[in-house]
Amino acid sequence: MTDFPWLTVLGVLPLVGSVVVAAVPNGRELLAKQIALVVSLVMVALVVVMSLQFEPDSADAFQFVESHVWIERFGISYSVGVDGIALVLLAMAVVLVPIVITSGWNDADDTTAHRVQTYFALLLALESAIVFVFAATDLFLFYVAFEVMLLPVYFLIGFFGGLQRSYAAVKFLLYSLLGGLLLLAALIGLYVVSVRQLGEGTFDYTALLGLDIDPSTQKMLFAGFFFAFAVKAPMVPVHTWLPDAAAAGTPATSTLMVGVLDKVGTFGMLRLCLPLFPDASHWAAPVVVTLAVVGIVYAALVAIGQTDMYRLIAYTSVSHFGFIVLGVFAFTQIGLSGATIYMVAHGLSTAALFLVVGFLVRRRGSSLVSAFGGVQRVAPLIAGSLMFAGLSGLALPGMAGFVGEISVLIGSYPTWPVAAVIAVIGIVLSALYILIMVQRVSHGPETENVRGMADLVPREVWVVAPLMALILAVGVYPKPLFDAVNPASDRVLEAVDAVPFTPDVPPADPAAEGGETP
Amino acid sequence: MIRVAVGSFESPTLDYALIAPMLVVFGAALVGVLVEAFVPRRVRGPVQPALGLGALVASFAVLVWVTAPEAGATAAEATVAMDKTSVFLQGTVLLLSFVAMLLFAERGVDPSGDAFAPSAASIPGSEGERELVAVGARQTEIWPLAMFSVAGMMLFPAANDLLTMFVALEVLSLPLYLMVGLARRRRLLSQEAAIKYFLLGSFSSAFFLFGSALLFGFAGSIRLGAIHDALGTQVGLDPLLLLGTGMVAVGLLFKVGAVPFHAWVPDVYQGSPTAVTAFMAASTKVAAFGAILRVFYVALGDYSWDWRPMMWVVVVLTLVVGAVLAITQTDIKRMLAYSAVAHTGFLLVGVLAVSAEGISSTMFYLLAYGTTTIAAFALVTLVRSGSGEASHLSQWAGLGKRSPLVAGLFAYYLLALAGIPLTSGFTAKFSVFSAAVAADATPLVIVGVIASAIAAFFYVRVIVLMFFADPAPDGPTVAIPSGMTVSAISIVTVLSVILGLFPQPFIDLAEQAGVFLR
Repeated sequence: MTDFPWLTVLGVLPLVGSVVVAAVPNGRELLAKQIALVVSLVMVALVVVMSLQFEPDSADAFQFVESHVWIERFGISYSVGVDGIALVLLAMAVVLVPIVITSGWNDADDTTAHRVQTYFALLLALESAIVFVFAATDLFLFYVAFEVMLLPVYFLIGFFGGLQRSYAAVKFLLYSLLGGLLLLAALIGLYVVSVRQLGEGTFDYTALLGLDIDPSTQKMLFAGFFFAFAVKAPMVPVHTWLPDAAAAGTPATSTLMVGVLDKVGTFGMLRLCLPLFPDASHWAAPVVVTLAVVGIVYAALVAIGQTDMYRLIAYTSVSHFGFIVLGVFAFTQIGLSGATIYMVAHGLSTAALFLVVGFLVRRRGSSLVSAFGGVQRVAPLIAGSLMFAGLSGLALPGMAGFVGEISVLIGSYPTWPVAAVIAVIGIVLSALYILIMVQRVSHGPETENVRGMADLVPREVWVVAPLMALILAVGVYPKPLFDAVNPASDRVLEAVDAVPFTPDVPPADPAAEGGETP
Repeated sequence: MIRVAVGSFESPTLDYALIAPMLVVFGAALVGVLVEAFVPRRVRGPVQPALGLGALVASFAVLVWVTAPEAGATAAEATVAMDKTSVFLQGTVLLLSFVAMLLFAERGVDPSGDAFAPSAASIPGSEGERELVAVGARQTEIWPLAMFSVAGMMLFPAANDLLTMFVALEVLSLPLYLMVGLARRRRLLSQEAAIKYFLLGSFSSAFFLFGSALLFGFAGSIRLGAIHDALGTQVGLDPLLLLGTGMVAVGLLFKVGAVPFHAWVPDVYQGSPTAVTAFMAASTKVAAFGAILRVFYVALGDYSWDWRPMMWVVVVLTLVVGAVLAITQTDIKRMLAYSAVAHTGFLLVGVLAVSAEGISSTMFYLLAYGTTTIAAFALVTLVRSGSGEASHLSQWAGLGKRSPLVAGLFAYYLLALAGIPLTSGFTAKFSVFSAAVAADATPLVIVGVIASAIAAFFYVRVIVLMFFADPAPDGPTVAIPSGMTVSAISIVTVLSVILGLFPQPFIDLAEQAGVFLR
């Protein structure tokens, strides 16, 4: 089975599914939904089988590699392959899709202007782009997937979103296009460097790793790449599109956007910025880490002040992305692996938060915290799910978020002790924003607002249960993930530390630092 | 040149195999004039299109099977250089003209017949005109005019001396001036455009001729190769060379619509019958850029240190003015006109590379841009309100709901014009940019990327308008075209998709053609 084109199949299957779903005639909406769900479940099965064949300790940087010449003149090829980091993120994305499809089963029914089929076709098209963006080992293919990914999201928000959807969709697109153009400019620059050094231009990741770029060029190229990823991630101060987009999109859209799409930003920093531009990464790290820490604290403070639950979750994500970036730029194995695990954990917990809040909003017609109160009395399952999702979001030990957060802090302390200490404030604040929200929505006496609210229906249980199981599984037994990710992190570090670098602060003994827990 | 000795006349060697494609089109033009003179009006309607389209196909066939294998020599006493560059450009002109001529032959879109005034000489709104419309008179003179123009466009990029080039310039321009004034609807606008184009065009032709004379004074020959040789040997005549280069440049830059010689572009593009606009935007641009490449590479290539600074200024102005002014347009044809100005800037970036890559990337860009722009204008002809084409942008609101196919195709072409990956525009832009960076014109590429970003904004704005805005109550209808427009759009769409997804064969063709005969 080693010759089986796993990644191509994973990338193309949802695309085919998308076309089939879009072609379902009007009046057969249920069929469209069923096809979409089946395709996404087949994807999960495929990704599970593929992951079982993955060899963490393989000597090859990438596995399941396929490569075909595409545009020879520019050294562009269709090349895919995954390392541990990409595989873990890809699997997380693929697992989330059937969950969001189930949760969004009725999302598109209220919209008369657009077909239900379109909604599910767009979700599947998005899945296809996501697979390619994580699997691409050719930078051009990566860029194409990176840009193409925007379109389904743009239409998902613009067609099926709530109030202000048009504004949010355009804001999202403009921010992303700006980042994308800078990425493109940097990509062309990198290509030209490859022409000069190798004689022939190439976009192949492995070949580009071998380049020896002079530091000033590196800084410019790094800036182009990093800006695009910082917008995508999103980092403070280019994060303002996220709350708008997340509030306007359906919960399913927001889940994929925040939970998966934004990971492409941090994944890009990890996979591209660090190894390709090692000098520039070290050069920029103080600034990046400062921004990350500012983001952690600032976004957490802003989250506390939010009255809209979607916006609140969006700001918590901005805060969490600060942690991920901190881990990436810690330049330690545990920091990098921790950042990757955190990406997975954040994907799962954000999905849980968005989707459960989505259930609440669907019942009540408002996403304001003040529109609820005492949900626990009428709908204990929803309240419990919200509590669980919230606790996972604030990284309670035993849940997935904790593993990532503690690893990032342990990993970053040796390199950036001050930053790591300040980041701990973010943990305290996260307890505040989550618990205040949960308390106001669920607890206290039953209010007029929530009287007669129905509890979770079986479909919704099928959304929440797998997420809970995964969150607990990663939280209690993260070893398989670390096993898969660590070799890839080592490779990244090898590339980054290939240049002589002495940190300003002598590395402390990581073991001496206990983990702070909320 | 024809050598005349005392008392004897030696007939020139013409190398028919090399110039046969042009002769076929010239022949068709002459036969077309005879048809106008001797064939009854009723029969002319079907005869002229058949003659014209047939001649283009025949010429293309001769070009591919007879001329191409022989390419690489001068013909007709070294007045025409039939190298592979000429073959590529002539093929492109023929292909694009064929598609544009299909639009000329469209009779199903306008309720009163085709898009042309039955008699251009009659006063708009006069009794005479009404009579002609009443009897269903049909404009057929446009066919021989167009054939002359195409023949001129084929000769223009192949001309090997400045005088031949000037003759070609006039042969291609004079019919165009007339064709611009032939619109059936909004005749005053059309006639104004024709006058403006004629005045400015003849003015710029005079510049070209004057410049040629000065270059003759410098080199003692009008042959491009001789001017090249003189660059190394002539001393002390720099003012002639400098002035001559500048004035020839004015004449050529006018034809491609570079700033500051672009003032005619929006008015003429808007006023012309849209089929003529499509023809002009695609074929003229190819021919004129072919001539620019030949003059600046063959004759003045070694002089690039002196003309590049001037061109830099022109390129930056063209990019910025084209992109910025396009934003402010409210008429779709004017918007496409300013976008054509911006694309002239991108093409000039390729010209400025002064390398083999520069030639091939510019030629590839011409092919990609030509197909895209014809398709865009062809689609414009289909969106109509009571008084003709609905060219005001506000009328395009909500077109996506009225006619998803037309709006979808138009969106695709706008994305191609914007240079989004997986469209032909991206490959084209990428190749000119990488050629320019390789030639140390990085600042220009940065301006180019910024201009692309600005341009992307107004292209995307139209897409948003078509798909997200609510349709106006008295909005336009989408005409059901006959087979002519359908096949025109199909041809360019197939070509455009191939150029976007699998451009390698065309890039190879352009690269093989990227060497000039000197």
